[in-house]
Amino acid sequence: MEFFKSNSRVAFMGTRKLWYAVSATLFVISLVALFTKGLNLGVDFTGGITIEAKFTSEARPEQLRTGLERAGFEDVQVQNFGSSRDVAIRLPPPEGQSPDEVRAEIEGVLKAADPNVVVSRLEVVGPQVGAELRNSAVVALISTLILIFIYVFIRFHAWQLSAGAIFAAIHDPVIVLGVFALSGIVFDLSVVAALLAVIGYSLNDTVVVFDRIRERFDANKRMAPVEVLNQSVNQTLSRTIMTSLTTLVVVLVLLLLGGPVLQPFSWALVVGILVGTYSSIYIAASVALDMGLTAESLFPTRKKLAIDDMP
Amino acid sequence: MLEFARWKYILVAAVLVLATVFALPNVFGEDAALQVARKDRSAIEADGQRSVEDFLRGKGVTVSRSYIDNGRLMLHFSEVPEQLKARDLVNENFARDYVTALSFASRAPDWLRNIGLRPMPLGLDLRGGLYLLYQVDVDGAVAQVLEVYEQDLRRALSQDNVQFIDVVQVAEGTVKPNGLRVLLPTGADPAPAREAIRRVLPDLTISAQPGGVGPILQALLTATQLKERQDYAISQNLTTIRNRVNELGVSEPVVQRQGIDRIAVQLPGVQNSAEVKDILGKVATLEFRLVDIQNSVSDAVQRGRAPFGSKLYETREGQPTLLKRDIIVTGDQLIDATTAATEQGPGVSVKLDASGGEEMLRTTRANLGKPMAVVFIEQRREEVDVGGQKVQRDIKEEKVINTATIQGIFSNSFQITGLGVNEARELALLLRAGALAAPIFVIEERVVGPGLGKENIAKGTTALMIGMALLFVFMLVYYKMFGVVANIVLLANVVLLAALLTLFKAALSLPGIAGIVLTVGMAVDANVLIYERIREEIRNGVTPQTAISKGFEKAFSAIADSNITTLIAGIVLWAFGTGPIRGFAVVLSLGILTSMFTSLLGSRALLTLVYGGARRPEKLSI
Repeated sequence: MEFFKSNSRVAFMGTRKLWYAVSATLFVISLVALFTKGLNLGVDFTGGITIEAKFTSEARPEQLRTGLERAGFEDVQVQNFGSSRDVAIRLPPPEGQSPDEVRAEIEGVLKAADPNVVVSRLEVVGPQVGAELRNSAVVALISTLILIFIYVFIRFHAWQLSAGAIFAAIHDPVIVLGVFALSGIVFDLSVVAALLAVIGYSLNDTVVVFDRIRERFDANKRMAPVEVLNQSVNQTLSRTIMTSLTTLVVVLVLLLLGGPVLQPFSWALVVGILVGTYSSIYIAASVALDMGLTAESLFPTRKKLAIDDMP
Repeated sequence: MLEFARWKYILVAAVLVLATVFALPNVFGEDAALQVARKDRSAIEADGQRSVEDFLRGKGVTVSRSYIDNGRLMLHFSEVPEQLKARDLVNENFARDYVTALSFASRAPDWLRNIGLRPMPLGLDLRGGLYLLYQVDVDGAVAQVLEVYEQDLRRALSQDNVQFIDVVQVAEGTVKPNGLRVLLPTGADPAPAREAIRRVLPDLTISAQPGGVGPILQALLTATQLKERQDYAISQNLTTIRNRVNELGVSEPVVQRQGIDRIAVQLPGVQNSAEVKDILGKVATLEFRLVDIQNSVSDAVQRGRAPFGSKLYETREGQPTLLKRDIIVTGDQLIDATTAATEQGPGVSVKLDASGGEEMLRTTRANLGKPMAVVFIEQRREEVDVGGQKVQRDIKEEKVINTATIQGIFSNSFQITGLGVNEARELALLLRAGALAAPIFVIEERVVGPGLGKENIAKGTTALMIGMALLFVFMLVYYKMFGVVANIVLLANVVLLAALLTLFKAALSLPGIAGIVLTVGMAVDANVLIYERIREEIRNGVTPQTAISKGFEKAFSAIADSNITTLIAGIVLWAFGTGPIRGFAVVLSLGILTSMFTSLLGSRALLTLVYGGARRPEKLSI
């Protein structure tokens, strides 16, 4: 069985202006959403308290919120978590009260709603730890990008290819972040892990295409760069789609069956894989082309060297 | 020709056999178990095992399996109620010698355990338990040492008959105090004071300071000494917390230094965080002092200050008491402390080290019939409101817990009375485990209920199974015979990954399971790259066997390149992440390595077996 004709000849490079526009729009929307609406940061990054509780019957988040507000808690978020009987409560870091006191008070409110409620998880993160985790997440993202750029540059020599890879590697996580900002899905530590995996994954796809570009240029140095790039993307298309599908299948399973804790993580991967596949097909190679990639950039001709060597 | 060297077959087979054995312990599941350890931390011998087993059998509790593991007795039970019953019985009957901890133990057969193979440890998010991250207050460590220095210096100055106005702590070029100043009366000769400082505090840098009524001598800790002191405090705290955690009787606790000045504590199965924090974080120590009977307490209270050489204290009932400034013995000199029932009610039996015993002997001999007091010192941090701003303030509470007349001469072994039952137990525990060299504060806390842990495991495994099943079908339909090979290879990849994780004893977390699922999806990639390449070669018209070998050859650089980018992301994540995230990074990175091995070598071996050698197939089922 094959999804694509073996001799597919989609002129990817021909429509690249359109895809640039699509990407630019998504990118700008994501940035605007990030700066205006911002991410719904989890306690990992803000510091604060998360309590997950299991009720014996259906939980009523609204009622719990009013109950907690009456008990003097401000800025409380109460949400169903996974099922109608589970709730997650998020609070900012307590002031002047120890976490244990806060926990006791909240348990009091929960018990009033359902005497048999069970607190299944409690997380208390100090504001200082939150700030540090925020920093190290940013450092991790940036250092991954830098290291991968260095790798791509060493491996492919041509700066035009590096530029294409860098473009895709920034493009993909920004759009994932944009989706998180717009949807309000909780952004916690596991999402950072997923983002790094997305960067690695998206480049994985891009690198395979680039590998083919290098091979095609090597085989036929006279062919026009547009042709070579079109050929390379087409020839790797079947593989790109196949791998994306297999990965997407397992990640979707994770999203549907992995439980509420893994949901933000799984969402980041689902969006990341889709965007990553798109960018390796439509964006990365196009950027390299517009930067002026030729056979010369990958394989500097001997002739030139010969002239240089002349006395 | 499609060939595969014999040594490569042997290599692949050997790796897979080994991997299967290493991964094996993970498939047996767990029993409810009880861990029994000797209080003195020596190993339990076979007769100890027999006595506990016989005792439980006599009480009608069925032990399904028992063995000694790392000097601790492990008892397996078929049901949780039996386990709980056994714990209560053992605690009741062997309270003097043994401590118990509830745990889960692998059902893996003895021979696996005997060759050192255990299942992967489960992270707290899968097992349920308590995680605490402590910040060590390194400035507090310096403050503690300065206090001791101040005492020593006062004592030395008095011994040398040096007249001085006061000894105070100073902060010279730092925010927190880093040295001492001795204020001398007008016209005094600083030489004898300097001599005294040099004798008791030889490491400090001494200088004369202008600006006082009389001469001022200053003794400072150098930057290196400050740092040494802080490092010492952290390692000492690590030891103390380890000791205290051991006293708690939790199975498989983890206490680790994290970063420069933090300590992470993981306590599987623990739910009651308040109680644990109370014991782990307590900066408590004891001091033994003589009661000042020459001076009047009420005078001191009225003047608001104690006479020279004495200090004003309060008992726990709020009664003021005057004690001598000189400390006879401190908690540091203590070797052992156990609860004891005395005639005056519950108490703590104390054993001192040689120097402490000597000092105690000298003091009791010289002060027979005079009263001696035990001071309990505790430090904690409180947040107070100062003009609308939250300020953290360290509070040091010193209470006289007991005053008794010295009835006889004693040295290194005696009892402290005047305590409640629980107080006696806690004090004994704290004294035994040693004092913290610096205050510590919880900055992060996570508790996961045991039910949630089980739920997480179930969800993770279901996702893994269904994800793999879907992939199997997908590959089979898309690549036919080659799909079968890819599926076998994929399975081998999971076994290999499980084996490596087991071997590295990497704790499996929920993100870790997610990592395995993701790896499975991505591991297919290498096979896809090879198979697509083989299809291309066939389209180019080469023979099937050549297509296979060329496919592998040409796909190699793409596989290597693309995996390295993901590996970089995995390594960075490992470097920056902690806990469960690190688990994900480990799985991701190892998964890439195993998938390269299985697809490049495993796949090749299988395909050569099917299509290689003299067979020369006309067509490939791809």
